[in-house]
Amino acid sequence: MSVITSERMLRTNPLRRLLVRPETGAVAGAIAVWIFFAIVAGGSGFLTSRGVSSYLSVSAELAIQAIPVALLMIGGEFDLSIGSTVGATGMIIAILSTQFGWNIWASIVVALIFAVLVGMLNGYLVIRTGLPSFIVTLGTAYILLGATTGITSIVTNGLTVVNGIDQAPGYSSAHAIFASALGGGQQFPIEIIWALALVALATWLLLGTSFGNWIFGVGGDAHAARNIGVPVTRVKILLFISTAVCSCLLAIILDVKFTNADVLRGQGNEFYAIVAAVVGGVLLTGGYGSAIGAMFGALVFGIVEEGIVFAGVNAEWYKAVIGLILLLAVLLNSYVRKLAMEARR
Amino acid sequence: MSTINTQTLPLLEVQDVSKYFGSVIALKDISMKVYAGEVMCLLGDNGAGKSTLIKILSGVHRPSEGQYLFEGKEVHFTSPRDALNVGIATVFQDLAMIPLMGISRNFFLGSEPTKGWGPFRRFDVQHANHVTREELSRMGIQVRDTGQPVGTLSGGERQSVAIARAVYFGAKVLILDEPTAALGVKEAGIVLRYIAQARSRGLGVIFITHNPHHAYPIGDHFTLLNRGRSLGTFAKSEISREELTGMMAGGEALEELSHELAEFARTDEKAAATLAEVAREFGAEAEGLHVEQLPAKFTGSEQQYADQLPPTDGEGKR
Repeated sequence: MSVITSERMLRTNPLRRLLVRPETGAVAGAIAVWIFFAIVAGGSGFLTSRGVSSYLSVSAELAIQAIPVALLMIGGEFDLSIGSTVGATGMIIAILSTQFGWNIWASIVVALIFAVLVGMLNGYLVIRTGLPSFIVTLGTAYILLGATTGITSIVTNGLTVVNGIDQAPGYSSAHAIFASALGGGQQFPIEIIWALALVALATWLLLGTSFGNWIFGVGGDAHAARNIGVPVTRVKILLFISTAVCSCLLAIILDVKFTNADVLRGQGNEFYAIVAAVVGGVLLTGGYGSAIGAMFGALVFGIVEEGIVFAGVNAEWYKAVIGLILLLAVLLNSYVRKLAMEARR
Repeated sequence: MSTINTQTLPLLEVQDVSKYFGSVIALKDISMKVYAGEVMCLLGDNGAGKSTLIKILSGVHRPSEGQYLFEGKEVHFTSPRDALNVGIATVFQDLAMIPLMGISRNFFLGSEPTKGWGPFRRFDVQHANHVTREELSRMGIQVRDTGQPVGTLSGGERQSVAIARAVYFGAKVLILDEPTAALGVKEAGIVLRYIAQARSRGLGVIFITHNPHHAYPIGDHFTLLNRGRSLGTFAKSEISREELTGMMAGGEALEELSHELAEFARTDEKAAATLAEVAREFGAEAEGLHVEQLPAKFTGSEQQYADQLPPTDGEGKR
């Protein structure tokens, strides 16, 4: 029997293999913006521990949502309801703990169950209707925002912000787990650990388990994946649940940290998370990307947002910079995808 | 080969199977047997019912009438997964492969090997890579990087990965839906060789095609479909390539076609003359209107138009 060796498999350039890794662009981008702000704002506190803490904190809060969003996008779907889920679950905790005197842990459990239901609803609607998740979750986002604002207003006689969560029973233990600081006076918030734990879990899931292989499969070609025996519906619904639950985790962290809840909290995060995922190399069309990339995408975001403050420029400029980085990242991604799909030479 | 196999029980058999979609008769009274270690070619023109038949065989559709037997026992599949579980693997035209995923991840998609237990059960990537490399080399392909995206493989290579996957996951019957349809001559040859290898490993292969030139060299038996009915099953010794081709197109129709082509050739000469005449008139008219820079195509000769017509020969081409 003669053996056919494809000429395409003979030479693989290691540099090229590094280039086609999804997270390469985001790592390079994070280094680039860090060097930029180290030069521009290095003298005004960017390099101090307060500076480092500030951008790591912003990045970690974003990463907690961007990592599950990256997995969902690799699985071929979007979730625009994650911002409203933060507001809704945060308000559930606040109202149960302050208006009804519940132990904060009990309200956290209720909020988590609520988040699971939101994720299941999103997933179920997307699968059942066959409509684009972009529009389905936009619908649930507005429903959640409107209902949260309305119900909060009824329960609290017209408020949109509920204070006094630190008075709830169980607050001190919750504070230790969700909002304490690390390392003496350095004040590195514990949410950084949450983000790192999440990226480790997501990376293991994506690359080390069957479920991860299914995520790539359903995002690459859901029809083909179903034909070969992948439970497409289950995978997608679980991914929607994970984005909602991680949004609830962020809501818990922010509630405990600020000791209040705001119905508008989290608004805009749905797009920031997509930006971080895309900057991190996740393809908008699904089937390709990484959790580590999304983490570095969130880091780019945090460095730019806080770096501009330290540089003494009007903070709103950061959105212009983020927009520019997003466009560059999308261009880079489509180029990298082309490289990956070309015969390797 | 077929003389030995006909003594044994067929692996897969359908008896008088019919399928109706509403009032449309998609298939009527089809009977077919497939034995281990043989290639059954299912031939038919577009719309002959090939797709409907393989969808019944692969468990996508249930037959409206007739019996479906696997290893002598009647089966009722409700999904392709059911058929797969007993060992009937279908490689559909889309191949069920994800272009951006690596070869070994594609190979094991949906049936990943795992190690560890409970929440620590993980995808055994090393084992997957090893098996993929091994199975592909048994099919005659060397892979250096099993992480290479499937999208970078050629059509024939992709087809062979899909075949290797079906064979590895214990297929007894391999159904190939037009595996050579979109391939070049050389690539089609490679795929035909993989089919031969699957046969020599003892699988029953059902090879669907509308190309008798691909079917004839590899097939042991040929079942011809035409407008939802079977024209019969023939052993290779009973039928020549020419007869096969003729029956596929419906022999009389083909003869008619050759007459038509000859007629075309005659009328083409007339048409060329007419076109040249029209062009000359056009040119003269344009001159009369004092149109300058007349494009060359309005001043052509008779020969030029004859050249542009498709070549024909008097006998008519197959």
